[in-house]
Parts: sequence; structure tokens; C-alpha cells
Amino acid sequence: MASDGPSLWESISLKGVPAGRLEGAAAAVALADFARGSALGGRLAELRGRSVLLAVRDQLTAALALIELDGVARRMVLCTPDLATQHLPGVIRDAEVDASVCDADSDPEARVGVAVSAQPRLANLVSSRRAASATEWILLTSGTTGAPKLVLHTLASLTAVLATEPPPPAPLTWSTFYDIRRYGGLQIFLRALHAGSLVLSERGEEVGDFLTRAGGAGITHISGTPSHWRKALMSGVTSRIAPQYVRLSGEIPDQAVLDGLHAAYPQATLAHAFASTEAGVAFEVRDGRAGFPEDLVAAPRAQVELRVQDETLQIRSPGTATRYLGADAPVLKRADGFVDTGDRVEARAGRYYFMGRRGGVINVGGLKVHPEEVEAVINAHPAVRMSLVRPRRNPITGAVVTAEIVLKDPAATPDAAAVVREVTESCKRLLPAHKVPAMIRIVPALEMSPSGKLVRPNA
Amino acid sequence: MSVRSTITSQFQQVAVEQERTLAPLADELKLVQSGLDSLSFAIIVARLEDALGIDPFNAAEAVDFPVTFGDFVRLYENFGK
Repeated sequence: MASDGPSLWESISLKGVPAGRLEGAAAAVALADFARGSALGGRLAELRGRSVLLAVRDQLTAALALIELDGVARRMVLCTPDLATQHLPGVIRDAEVDASVCDADSDPEARVGVAVSAQPRLANLVSSRRAASATEWILLTSGTTGAPKLVLHTLASLTAVLATEPPPPAPLTWSTFYDIRRYGGLQIFLRALHAGSLVLSERGEEVGDFLTRAGGAGITHISGTPSHWRKALMSGVTSRIAPQYVRLSGEIPDQAVLDGLHAAYPQATLAHAFASTEAGVAFEVRDGRAGFPEDLVAAPRAQVELRVQDETLQIRSPGTATRYLGADAPVLKRADGFVDTGDRVEARAGRYYFMGRRGGVINVGGLKVHPEEVEAVINAHPAVRMSLVRPRRNPITGAVVTAEIVLKDPAATPDAAAVVREVTESCKRLLPAHKVPAMIRIVPALEMSPSGKLVRPNA
Repeated sequence: MSVRSTITSQFQQVAVEQERTLAPLADELKLVQSGLDSLSFAIIVARLEDALGIDPFNAAEAVDFPVTFGDFVRLYENFGK
């Protein structure tokens, strides 16, 4: 593949050695030192042209490895920190992985091919960081069966919207609640590299500790999901930072969280962005109100086109992903280049409001849940005939998962409560906590469509 | 059952379900120090909507997000007053 632009390192050092820093909870790296240093123990050359599984646990290490590998590796697969061991073989197969970058805490199953150890302490950069080709960035996003889908981006698509914005007049210090290996966090990582410094969150860190650290580093810009922000508001710790700009993305914000943040940061620009791993960044709204102005759809702006078809938002822009990887991968883009977001919208008085997801995909605090995946676990119970998993609107996490169950033989199942208990137990054993139904009801029947499919009410 | 005791029992039940150690529920207890995470609070609020028939977070006027357990109880007790 021909290189169609500078690599990540080349683009941030175009005007000389960058002055910014990357800060984790335990370590920090100045980009100026990184010009001559390597987080890969000087083994970058061994990864040239390879498909690299980036499976480090530590976020700062991941950040450094991404900068080093872009333009050098053929492909890098950004493993999210919660990727289950059972899904690794599929990811490795579909991404044709032949090398890996791991740290001391990586899943041992991730150490495949040419295995390089990484750490957030710099060794001498012994080989050239010269870019040879445009690296494919593979992001993982949740799929219907529980196995992740592999979404192919390039540096050009990941920075398409960023590239249209004027550079900031003074260096910024960004921070994000997100992990940078998820799309929302990756956007902030790339912005920060071009604009100044970045303070990374730490897995398991209390929200108050994180904001104290971010405040101490003098952050000016910060992003998170509405659920992250509700948690900060409910922790009474918002005064530990004094940002100029507060961004929400990854979930649809309601007016309560926007009002809460406006009260906490009256001086700050409050922006909510709509983006998805597949569709890229579509727009940012800065008027502090839920929903988005209708004219964003009517009048296409710089490169990003929005349209509403079958009540669903569709996006076409240079920021959309290229395709899904894998032999049986679904189609990501329609023939006309639009990506269907699956997000239903409704126009009211000159503004579009989000009405939940088509197909019932549930967004719990920024994490997607496919109902089919949870139903498969529930339906494995011997007393269960069928089940319907659906979202229930929630002011803390946007939505929670609920389930309705039809028993095979209600007359022969005197203790229905025991079935509910056992189903809950197996969900807890087999699924991450946000996918376990918060409420389960036994119902006499579920509605079926004429074609024999379960009717999924829209969220 | 009073609003307070309904809330208290939901906190206790969800803590058990989510396998979290719940701090003693005093009014001045900061929610962030209660031992519960966002998902636990989300479940508590959903169950309280069923038990009490109200969701004060979804009120017409802006809500002050509760910071302590006492704030949380008052948010429900004062809803609609």
C-alpha cells in the first residue's frame, strides 16, 4: 500500500520536536525525549511490515507504541483492556496477526508471532522510524455474538475531522476519562498530540483521584461519556479541574447532565460530539442543549454529510472507517458511501433528538450491548423457552439491560423465582457486569412478527 | 415502608448482587465512598422508579446531582413537593 501522507510521528514533529508530554498515573514521557527514545526496547525494526497485536495493559505504553508503530507496521490491532481471552484467537486470525507488543500484565495468550516487550521507560531508538506505508489501525467494537468486530481505519480517516480545524493558538493540555484504545479516547489522543499534552486516566482509578491528578497537571480540555460526567458530578469532585472546554461523546447526553456540567463549569465551552467507531466524528454541538440543530442535516459542512433515512442517522465523510476485517464480516458502508449509525432521530421544532437505537442495541455507560448476546445466555437455561432483552432508559448510565423470559412449561415450573436467580447467576458468570440484566420478568408470551421473528420494540 | 427505608434496602440489595462492600449508610456518607459503582447506582435508580413510581433525575427542572447519601434520600423525599 502506498503511503498517502506523513506518519503520526512525522505529522507531530513537522515543525520541530514537539514540546508536549504524555502523563499516566505512574509515569510520564516528554515527547522531546521520545524523539530519540523507544518504548519497544529498540526492537521497532523487527515489527516493520507486520500485523501487530498491541496488547499492553498500560495506557501510556500503548500510547507510545502507537506513535512508534504508525508508518512502520503494516497493521496494528488496538486491543481494548477488557478484551476477553476467548476472543483473542478470532482477532488474531481475522487481523492476520504475526507480531505482538505486550507488557508484564498482558494476557499470556496475546504473546504471538514476533513478541516484543514494551514499557513506559525509554530505551535508545536504535532503528529508523522512517515511514514506509500507511498503517492500518484496527479498532475493536462489540458485536452481536459477543466477539468483537474489527474496524479498519487509517491515520487519514482518524484525523479527517481534526485536519479541518485550525490549530489552537496556544498549547492545550487534554485529558479524557476514556481509554485511548476506544474510538472516543483515540480521537482525544490524536488531538492532544497535535495540540500539546495529554493526561491519561488509569484503569480502576477513583474519579476523584483522576480529576485531582488532571487538575494538578493544569488540564484545559477534557472529554468523557455522559456516564463518566454524571459520576464526576455525583462524586462532588468537579471543582478539582478548571477546564476551558468540556466534551461529551459516546452516548447521547440528556439535558440534566448538560445543565449539571454548565453549573459546575460556567466558564467552559460545553460541547457534545456525535461519533461512532464505524462512522467517525459527525458533528459537535456547543449550545448546551440536548439533540442537534436540524440545519446540520440540511446544509452539509466541511466534508461531513448527514442524512436521515427511515428515521435513522446516516453519515458520509472522510472520517468513516474503511471496512470490517474478517472472512464473514458484515458490510460497513452502503454502496453510496454512507454509514448507517443505527441511531434513530426525530425532528421537533428545528432540532433533531435521539430516540434510541434501531435493532435494540443498548448503550450502557458508553459500552454497547447486543440483546442477542444476552438472550443466548438466558435461553441456555433448561426451563426457558425464549427471552427478549431490551434497554430501559436510565439517568445514570443512559440505559440498563432488562429481560423478559417465557418459560417452557410454567405449570411444571412452580418456583419461577429460582429460574430468575439461576439465569442471573449464569449471566454474571458468562457476561461482563454491564450486560447482566438489572431486572428480569417472567411473562406469558412475547410478541412475534408475521415472519416469525421476535418483535424488538425500539428503545 | 418509608422512602428512606426503601432506598436503604435497595442500596443493600444491589450491593449484595454486585458483590460490593457497602459502607454504613449515614446521611453524610459520600456516594463515591459508598463502595458502589455507576452501574450499581443505575440499577438502584431503576428499581426505585418501580418501587416508588418516581424518577427525580428525569424532572422537568434541572437537578442537583446528589453527592452524599443524605442528598440522594432528599432528592426522592422532596420530589414533587
